[in-house]
Amino acid sequence: MTEALRQINERRRHVLGGMGDRWRALPRWQRWLTLLAGVAFLYYLPFLGDIPGTNLIIPGLDWFRTDSIDGGANWAGVLFVCALYVLVAVGLNVVIGLAGLLDLGYVGFYAVGAYSVALFGSAESPVVGALQEQFGLSSDWAIAWAICIPIALAFSLVAGVLLGWPTLRLRGDYLAIVTLGFGEIIRIVAKNSGWAGEAQGVPGIPGPEGPPSPDNKVFGLLDIKPWYWLALSVVLVMVLLVRRLEHSRVGRSWLAIREDEDAAAVMGVYPFKFKLWAFAIGAALGGFSGLLFASRSAFIQPETFNVQLSILFVAMVVVGGSGNMAGVAVGAFLLAYLPERFRDFSEYRVLAFGLALVLIMLLRPQGLLPSRRRTRELQDRAKEPANVA
Amino acid sequence: MLPKQKTSPEDAAKPEVLLEVDGVTLRFGGVVALDDLSFNLYKGEILGLIGPNGAGKTTCFNAMTGVYRPTSGAVRFDGQQVSGRKPHRINQMGIARTFQNIRLFPEMTALENVLVGADSQHRTSVVGALFRLYRVKPKPEELPTVDSANGLVRLWQQVRRSSAQVFGISRHTLEERAGERKAYELLSFVGIDDRANDLARNLPYGYQRRLEIARALATEPKLLCLDEPAAGFNPAEKEELLELIRKIRDRGFTVLLIEHDMRLVMGVTDRIVVLEFGKKIAEGAPAEVRDNPKVIAAYLGEPADAA
Repeated sequence: MTEALRQINERRRHVLGGMGDRWRALPRWQRWLTLLAGVAFLYYLPFLGDIPGTNLIIPGLDWFRTDSIDGGANWAGVLFVCALYVLVAVGLNVVIGLAGLLDLGYVGFYAVGAYSVALFGSAESPVVGALQEQFGLSSDWAIAWAICIPIALAFSLVAGVLLGWPTLRLRGDYLAIVTLGFGEIIRIVAKNSGWAGEAQGVPGIPGPEGPPSPDNKVFGLLDIKPWYWLALSVVLVMVLLVRRLEHSRVGRSWLAIREDEDAAAVMGVYPFKFKLWAFAIGAALGGFSGLLFASRSAFIQPETFNVQLSILFVAMVVVGGSGNMAGVAVGAFLLAYLPERFRDFSEYRVLAFGLALVLIMLLRPQGLLPSRRRTRELQDRAKEPANVA
Repeated sequence: MLPKQKTSPEDAAKPEVLLEVDGVTLRFGGVVALDDLSFNLYKGEILGLIGPNGAGKTTCFNAMTGVYRPTSGAVRFDGQQVSGRKPHRINQMGIARTFQNIRLFPEMTALENVLVGADSQHRTSVVGALFRLYRVKPKPEELPTVDSANGLVRLWQQVRRSSAQVFGISRHTLEERAGERKAYELLSFVGIDDRANDLARNLPYGYQRRLEIARALATEPKLLCLDEPAAGFNPAEKEELLELIRKIRDRGFTVLLIEHDMRLVMGVTDRIVVLEFGKKIAEGAPAEVRDNPKVIAAYLGEPADAA
């Protein structure tokens, strides 16, 4: 069994392993063109199979759409969730893949982002209610959506720092356990606090066009395509920004800390500072994703932000290939898309999902598109006990 | 038999104390690892710290570089207390070190390893790297060059050059470039620039040792501490290392060398401090130390070391 697996692995490495090299060997303009085409395709995705503006269809592509099956979910809606999860994965990848910190409570930041826009942007939220009363404002007054974005980013950033400050002195599994608790704390606090709407949650969360209403032209309730394009644009900008970090002093420091924290410290890298930054940046990205989620749903409740979601987030990063942004994006997309596309199997869905995860872990333990450095680190770690013995 | 070390006149006249070990005692439970140890390290010299195995060399080294906090006494660097500071602060004070058992960042290239060291001198952090809003007026040689024969590319280069002249270049970019230049320069200084883009883990042993030195030098230390840099070297490689250490000193670094290869220590150091059982038993020029009966008894007389 293991021998067979090893052979399959070898073959795959042959096929997929050279991809990064081949990509880097291409001339710059070819890479740019490919990327541009890829981005254009991403924006086209909601129409998949159709040619916009005509009645023509491209046969075959239709099969990939989730609404091609009976009772399938709205295709643009699925894409929107995919984009949200990709944003989450990109953020979590900073924490897990780049800085090497296992965070099992990432949903906490997602919730902080969602609750920030809910509590400050919704005219029906208890916080805005208190502000209205305090300053004698009208009952439909609330903070504008655009201003909620920096608020949500700031709150999730601060949440990241608050969680990181005391806990980043822990390493490895201990950190994972503490963060796991953090995710739960956020959910339970939201569930039990009057100012956070308790278990009923918060309705009336605004989008870019203000509070949800049938009059909204672009960001309405029925047509989800604009939401997807908005989320996609956010993802693209964030990917660019994180790339900048990755290829800077900060990225190098993360890598150095991941490889040998003590040696990095002796070389003048302050591990605590950079780990805290990783936490804060990851938290801000998670918060942004939560904000988009809340705006689109117009209504949130605490039970949405459960541990399962946290685990799903980590699974996206691990399945995709921790440390490689393209990898985690693919992982996030697949984990959001596949369950929707294969709804046919209804109750077997979770089983199939689990099986797929197990298979991936057996065949490609470093993830689908692994970061090459991460792969070797993991291989080294696997060898270590053998060397000691 | 060995070339006399040249010291500049002002150094010889009034040596300036760089590092002061003042009555340091370090106990681990009942074990006294360092016993009231005092010595000075002067600017611009190469000081050897030697002693038989278990004499407390590495412990002393760790106390000097802030890994251990002395039970009593103090280590002062440039007049400032070292003990109790965090490792990265100590590096910022100007102390860099290498490790006895090599501790590079194995999955980073040689160049990147040195860049991590060079980064300690840089000021751009997360916000600067993200938004690159802090612009600096570049020096003429730092402007993008216009050298392409292709008209379109040339036009693009021209645009970039003009925009750099008008808007400046972000500090992040300038620091990245300066770091890279410095890293290449250091790699060639220690003689391993031919493998600059190889992963550290794939470098031969001797290269890894040199890479550690380059990485430490990149932090622009006032004091470079080498912990047994010749461990595992053959005589030819040791000879090259001696040459390198001298070159480092000639660049103006002060070097502290921990070594138990006597020949190496005698060949390169200006002064030697000898430890035995955590106590200083001798201090002085190599020739004096070599003839010191206490040292001979403690160390040199042992046949194992003569080999």
